[in-house]
Amino acid sequence: MTAPPTDLSTFIALLDEIEREGVPALGAASDAATLEAVRIDFLGDARGRLRAAQKALGALAREDKPAAGRRFNEVKTRLESLLAERRAAIEATRADGRPRDLTLPPRRQWLGAKHPVTLVIEEIEGIFRELGFTVATGPEVETEWYNFGALNFPPDHPAMDMHDTLYLRDELLLRTHTSPVQVRTLQRYQPPVRVLVPGNVYRRDFFDASHAPMFAQIEGLAIDEGISFVDLKATLSNFARKFFGASRTRFRPSFFPFTEPSAEMDVQCGVCGGAGCATCKGSGWIEILGSGMVHPRVLESAGVDSERYTGWAFGMGPARIALARYGIPDIRILYDSDVRFLEQMADPASNGGGR
Amino acid sequence: MNVSYEWLRALVPGVPSPTQVRDLVTSRVATVDEVVALRQDLAPIVVARVVESVKIPDTRLSANKVDAGTGELLDVVCGAPNVTVGKLYPFAKTGTTVPIGLKIERRKIRGHVSNGMLCSPDELKLGSDHSGIMELDVDVAPGTPFLDVLASADTRIVVDVTPNRPDLLSHVGIAREVAAALGQAVTLPPIEGAAQVPAAVRVEREGTTADITVRVEDAALAPRYMGVVVRGVKIGPSPDWLVQRLEAVGARSINNVVDATNYVLHELGQPTHAFDLARLRGQTIVVRAARAGERITTLDGAERELQPSMTVIADADGPQAIAGVMGGRDSEVSEETTDIFLEVAVFSPSATRATRRTLGLSTDASYRFERGVDEELPPRALVRVAELVTALAGGRVDDPPIDVRASEPSRPAIALRAARVATLLGEPVPLEEMAALLRSIGFETTSSAPGVLDVVAPSWRRDIAQEVDLIEEVARLRGYDSFPDELRPQRPGNAPDSVDYVVARRVREALVAAGLLEVRPMPFVAAFDEGAYVRVANPLAENEAFLRREVLESLAKRAEHNLAHQQGNVRIFEIGSAFLPGSPHPTEEVRVAALVMGDRRPPHFTEPRPPRVDEWDVAWLAQVAARAAWSGARVELVPSNDPAALWQVMADGEVRGSVRRVSLDAPVWAAPAFGFELTVHRTSAAETAPAGRNAWETAAPVAPAPRRSAFRPLPTTPPAPFDLALLVPDQVTAADVERVIRRTAGDVLESLELFDLFEGEGVEPGFRSLAWTLIFRHPDRTLTAKEIEARRERILSALNKELNVRPRSA
Repeated sequence: MTAPPTDLSTFIALLDEIEREGVPALGAASDAATLEAVRIDFLGDARGRLRAAQKALGALAREDKPAAGRRFNEVKTRLESLLAERRAAIEATRADGRPRDLTLPPRRQWLGAKHPVTLVIEEIEGIFRELGFTVATGPEVETEWYNFGALNFPPDHPAMDMHDTLYLRDELLLRTHTSPVQVRTLQRYQPPVRVLVPGNVYRRDFFDASHAPMFAQIEGLAIDEGISFVDLKATLSNFARKFFGASRTRFRPSFFPFTEPSAEMDVQCGVCGGAGCATCKGSGWIEILGSGMVHPRVLESAGVDSERYTGWAFGMGPARIALARYGIPDIRILYDSDVRFLEQMADPASNGGGR
Repeated sequence: MNVSYEWLRALVPGVPSPTQVRDLVTSRVATVDEVVALRQDLAPIVVARVVESVKIPDTRLSANKVDAGTGELLDVVCGAPNVTVGKLYPFAKTGTTVPIGLKIERRKIRGHVSNGMLCSPDELKLGSDHSGIMELDVDVAPGTPFLDVLASADTRIVVDVTPNRPDLLSHVGIAREVAAALGQAVTLPPIEGAAQVPAAVRVEREGTTADITVRVEDAALAPRYMGVVVRGVKIGPSPDWLVQRLEAVGARSINNVVDATNYVLHELGQPTHAFDLARLRGQTIVVRAARAGERITTLDGAERELQPSMTVIADADGPQAIAGVMGGRDSEVSEETTDIFLEVAVFSPSATRATRRTLGLSTDASYRFERGVDEELPPRALVRVAELVTALAGGRVDDPPIDVRASEPSRPAIALRAARVATLLGEPVPLEEMAALLRSIGFETTSSAPGVLDVVAPSWRRDIAQEVDLIEEVARLRGYDSFPDELRPQRPGNAPDSVDYVVARRVREALVAAGLLEVRPMPFVAAFDEGAYVRVANPLAENEAFLRREVLESLAKRAEHNLAHQQGNVRIFEIGSAFLPGSPHPTEEVRVAALVMGDRRPPHFTEPRPPRVDEWDVAWLAQVAARAAWSGARVELVPSNDPAALWQVMADGEVRGSVRRVSLDAPVWAAPAFGFELTVHRTSAAETAPAGRNAWETAAPVAPAPRRSAFRPLPTTPPAPFDLALLVPDQVTAADVERVIRRTAGDVLESLELFDLFEGEGVEPGFRSLAWTLIFRHPDRTLTAKEIEARRERILSALNKELNVRPRSA
């Protein structure tokens, strides 16, 4: 061994040499004994070449020490991680090429995942596609006419209180529901029309455990000659059986300006089986969606003859369904986008399984 | 709407149990949110019999033996004067708490042990009587729960009344529906001890009652205004039954006169107001628009400035009440009041709503006026409230009430066609059945033509305006359950899948397959350059008052949220809208964006510290997304001139977005972040067709199908690969070199792949070493070594001449 260097450039050159020789030496070691010999040569505590370099570091001029130290650490880290890698590889492989320890974990790739709200929307979509529904969309910034006027909301009426609205300016707003797409779709396509409308909607609700100012909604619309309340009940009950596995559904009177008759659909509470519990507030039923026969004024708004054509519509909130389905206690979790939560969606087995 | 079950039962004696009422009302009328048993604070109290009673000398106390159904006699000391052997009393055992908050414990009083308490009405909060314990006139076994024998134990039924049904905002309104379902009638219990109320005098605009001139300046503000003077009332507390009724619906007792007006509001749905007559100046009451600058202190003690859009009830000096919303403090009924003016009116729904909103003051009265009070209700309500006042507070009605009403709204007959009912409901309903259902809730029906019912809605059903409203009544009264769940044949729809949805779905699948996690964050942001952003006029928070211009703005915030939770491996994407200012409407773009940072793979024992994600990873992801979005298009990444971006993403020559570094507010340990954002769809709020019209197309457009690949025969001849290691001047790009290679190599070049980049030691300054593998293949025959060598020379010569690129000697 040559004398220890005392100036910076010689010191750096020494480290370069250690790196240049050490990297291939470690890489070439194919069994544990060779690897250990290489380790002692380069990284050994007592007489390793890096240890020698470290001693030499102390002899350098004060102003050269930071640069020298940086380079020293670089080389040391590189050799150490290469050593760990080789050691793991040698450990894992036996002479016959079969890994010695088959309990070691596989090499993974990151898994992707759809958002839980998307999963719910896609599942709903799948059920309605079987019945010939397609998907329609519309803008999130809407005119007051499409959002309210065309949907038979009386101007300045308490019905408007059900929709606390975010306005952009006069007569322009962030849609409070996906129902404006009913009118846009009927203006564009002659019945028969059977569409599903998923999309984001906005309400002037403060963010808390059960409210968000923006959330997803999914709407359905079926318009043709002779479509009736029986079709509404049958289609939505069929959906509830498939989606919730619900044994029973219940329709009860409600009010939406854009449907008449209006009905809300409940499914029998899955927690208590209809006996009444805290989840269903003692009623035995869980509210799922609002629906009704499309109001003649809505059809007329879209230029559709309401005597000739009838039909039904429904709307529901996939986010709320996602909360119940995945057992999520706070709606903000859906929007926080924490990767640990999203990864649970990617791998149901990671937290004990689905429903 | 809070309904008292006992109150309901007083109106419809045959009502079934509260839960049965809940199911009936929910299935036919309006949803019952909950059924609440009241006075659960009385649940621990039981009925007990006094078996022995001995006076304790020199005290008011008695030592008693009490049977509370426990199987043994309990020693109980009692201070009441009316303890009687053999009688039943409410009893609180040791360990229980009585409603006034007193915890009952085993005590020793004057040497006598006491194991509980016999209770007086005031201790049970059943009134103010504390003269003695409450003797029960019932025949039950000791130990029976006291609530079982308490006549005033009530249940509150909370009904979610929809905005179209103001007629349900009263006990009579709910009772009407319940009675109809049961085939019974609603009977208003008579009021005992009430004064006679003479018939009202009807005038159009102005009239007098008991020397008070009443004038309505604008009938639009108050379609009907009735008033009556009651003299000689004595203000005092209300009787227990009235206090309990009001408590059952969640209202507080004030005094007998105010409680009477509240009682009528909850019974009939008619808000009324009592003015202290002595406080009204000038013998006059005017219903008029408020004048600018007028002020009033309302009953809640707040001083409020009025605006001309508001309606007031004024005397000669100024406003005494805000019409339909709240009375004024000045003319409030007080202990000294002896004569009152009772107002029973109907105010304009829209004006009341506007006033309520402006003042931010919602009351039981404004809630009902906003939704619409029956204009035919005031005469009945006036008699009812005057009777109740005189029964509770004494006094007399000397003069006929005044009834100011300019006109009566017409109630035209609406034709209900049986055929239309069958079409809409999917099942025929016999005409007679429809008539019977409608008549059961007060509609009048006649039939002038076959298959048609002419229906007149009752005055309290102002929501009934057209045939479909009647069809809904028929459907709900018949019961939605009566219609079958029967899937019937249907035609397929004309509308194709919307293009942006199809594209979004393809992109989502591709990015999930590439290992990314989908997010759906809020689109609200703070803006530094406000003109560039779309602003929300009434935002929830000033620091999130704008809509994002880029989806990456939201993703960056979400990445920071993850970093704040020590999550450094972020790989998220969103398909969502971005908003750009525009005229007349903002432009809305559906974008796909992704943000990635941190480890490229999860750590493994063979790779404890995986490499970090860099530009080259996100460039690939952008290509994956773009290829999914513009299926079959030529997707290219072009180096960007914009220093904020790395590449522009092009599809078939059109710029669709960019790839870039993303700067975050990140802790020191965080890896650098990269992102891309592509615009896949553009839309706006522009009308699809004018209002009331359609824009049906004869041939409906369909979503573009993904372009298909064409089959190329697999090669049968051997490949001829060779490598080119080149020294490339710094100013020459890899793309420049590839362009020259492709041009000079000819058709037989099958592929060209860069496999190495090196600069630094061994490479002269000003140059980089780049190495490609070229594979030549002729479709029909084996290429000779000579042919390949000739191509190599041609390529090297062209590179040298055009780009000053030369081969790197080994």
